[in-house]
Amino acid sequence: MNLKKQFMEGLLTQNPVLVQVLGMCSTMAITTSFFNGLGMGVAVLVILTLSNMIIAAIRKIIPDKIRIAMFIVVIAGFVTMVDLLIQAFVPALAESLGVFIPLIVVNCIILGRAEGFSYKNGVGASFFDGIFQGIGYTVVLLAMCIIREFLGNGTFGGGLLGVEQKGIQIFPAEFGAGMLTLPVGGFLVLGALIALMQWALSKSKK
Amino acid sequence: MDQIFELLAITLGAILANNFIFSQFLGICPFLGVSKKIDTAVGMGLAVTFVMGLASAVCFAVNNFVLIPLGLGYMQTVAFILVIASLVQFIEMFLQKSMPSLYTALGVYLPLITTNCAVLGVVLLNVQNDYNFISSVVYGITGGLGFLVAIVLFASIRERLVFADYPKSWEGFPIALVTAGLMALAFMGFSGLKVW
Repeated sequence: MNLKKQFMEGLLTQNPVLVQVLGMCSTMAITTSFFNGLGMGVAVLVILTLSNMIIAAIRKIIPDKIRIAMFIVVIAGFVTMVDLLIQAFVPALAESLGVFIPLIVVNCIILGRAEGFSYKNGVGASFFDGIFQGIGYTVVLLAMCIIREFLGNGTFGGGLLGVEQKGIQIFPAEFGAGMLTLPVGGFLVLGALIALMQWALSKSKK
Repeated sequence: MDQIFELLAITLGAILANNFIFSQFLGICPFLGVSKKIDTAVGMGLAVTFVMGLASAVCFAVNNFVLIPLGLGYMQTVAFILVIASLVQFIEMFLQKSMPSLYTALGVYLPLITTNCAVLGVVLLNVQNDYNFISSVVYGITGGLGFLVAIVLFASIRERLVFADYPKSWEGFPIALVTAGLMALAFMGFSGLKVW
């Protein structure tokens, strides 16, 4: 096991969103406030880690032909659990994320890691892979949230201290580029972040 | 009459104002992945439209005649994804036997429809919006048509993007995302559309 390498891969060189370009739908859809991003990131991290471990544990007894169906059943089971937990304990989050919590089932990051990593590696390695990839995903979500919230509304950390709370106003909202909180902003900010990542990776290669 | 107006409103909403790609962010992965050429984009769009319509119908039946009577509402996500996966598998086998030419044209994109979040998304939205059977099917089909419109327009822009001159680090996904963002901005104009 090479923990440091796995950590760097999850966070930078093999970042699920910025380099592998997986799980785009939720990344763009829910990153309008800090609270949403954090909730989604943690939900995916938990589901990814658990499903990675289970799939790594049963990888030797799954017939090769129906493995994708098995992966989906395992993932859907965990998603249902997390969905019910969020509805019970953080109803505000369930309301603002809406349909995107059950849609974690078809989030390509989880299926991609199941097929690409945990189907070939042991339980321990898969556990850390889930955590590091989940952190990589959460960091990108938070970066998107902070950029969109700050430039769009002039606030920081919306919903962090209380659900109704709008976050700390750094500059008046009327100076913000309101466009960034709309769907358009999701596309543009993610495009800019991926471009930045490609630039940084090509720079570090030289 | 009310039903007809409701269906028209659903249709316009799903294709233009609340387009699945540009305002709801459902189905972005195939949208970015399969939009390099117009003809594959058309094939993908048609396949997705078909699966979305069929999945809406079947999942409506499963939800109302199996899950709700048995009090298994919390199993929706698991049940729906299994229904969609087996539906895609059946379509694949059916096409392979009866329409081999279409089957080879769609190729690898067919199984990928299972993990298209637009399909699961439309089914979940049907339940969330309490649509009846007809509205569900219409929402599924028109949502798919919205996807088709978006992916074909996007593919035709992307084909021209090859000749554009942009910084090296924006190559690939970033420039595609910016293009999609500008298209989303254009589609936002439809949100003012209130016919009824």
